[in-house]
Amino acid sequence: MSGAKAGRLSLQLKSTMESVAEVEAAAEKLAAEAGLDEDECFHVAMAAREAAVNAVLHGNEYDPAKQLSASFENTGAALVITIADQGKGLDPDSLPDPLAPENLLRGTGRGIFLIRSFMDEVRFRQLHPGTELTLVKHLAQGSENS
Amino acid sequence: MALTIASREVDGVTVLDLSGRITLGEGSVQLRDAVRGLISKGVKKILLNMGEVNYVDSSGLGELVSAYTSAKNQQAEVKLLNLTKKVHDLLQLTKLYTVFDIYDDEASAIASFK
Repeated sequence: MSGAKAGRLSLQLKSTMESVAEVEAAAEKLAAEAGLDEDECFHVAMAAREAAVNAVLHGNEYDPAKQLSASFENTGAALVITIADQGKGLDPDSLPDPLAPENLLRGTGRGIFLIRSFMDEVRFRQLHPGTELTLVKHLAQGSENS
Repeated sequence: MALTIASREVDGVTVLDLSGRITLGEGSVQLRDAVRGLISKGVKKILLNMGEVNYVDSSGLGELVSAYTSAKNQQAEVKLLNLTKKVHDLLQLTKLYTVFDIYDDEASAIASFK
């Protein structure tokens, strides 16, 4: 389901892995249409996927009563992707550093790190309930979506 | 594309030829089941051939780590072979490159198992 705002795709999705795939595909398309190279497209898509997984798995806990919201926009200066859940909220400052030696052998905890590594800006907003992540990838001049 | 796993044995080493994506929900579960199944049967030498793995997400990375630690806890070894550039870069970014023994030719990988 598309949003009405021109140039911006807005999705309201169920808390499923199919929705994660849809978010990943939309992000990859956004990046490709902006003219990013293969590696950059991969990074943007992966960051969006990780954010969607967090929303579905940790935020909404696969609860069918809770939705995943996603929006995708090329502002001309940047790609802006927002992912929001309706869960109990996330404190990003409480996340352990996955690169710390004591955490290297943990089976989880790398998603936010990857998002921060692949995007230029990552912002968290508490929605009460829920968390919204905004992922920003700066564009070179002349990369506006046609 | 889901993960497909083919198993073969070379000089006492079980080689799992992986193809596809190791991600939350599908590939990660298949990988976990395959490795744990081998370990439960007493297999001590496991080589994951990642040459056809084109995508690993954070859950997939976690599953690779879990395979490594599960094996180690049972005095077994899990090593990696033929990383694609994307997976190689992910392992370097997450410092997991320092955890695993990683090879780019099978003969060397097989010979490295004690």
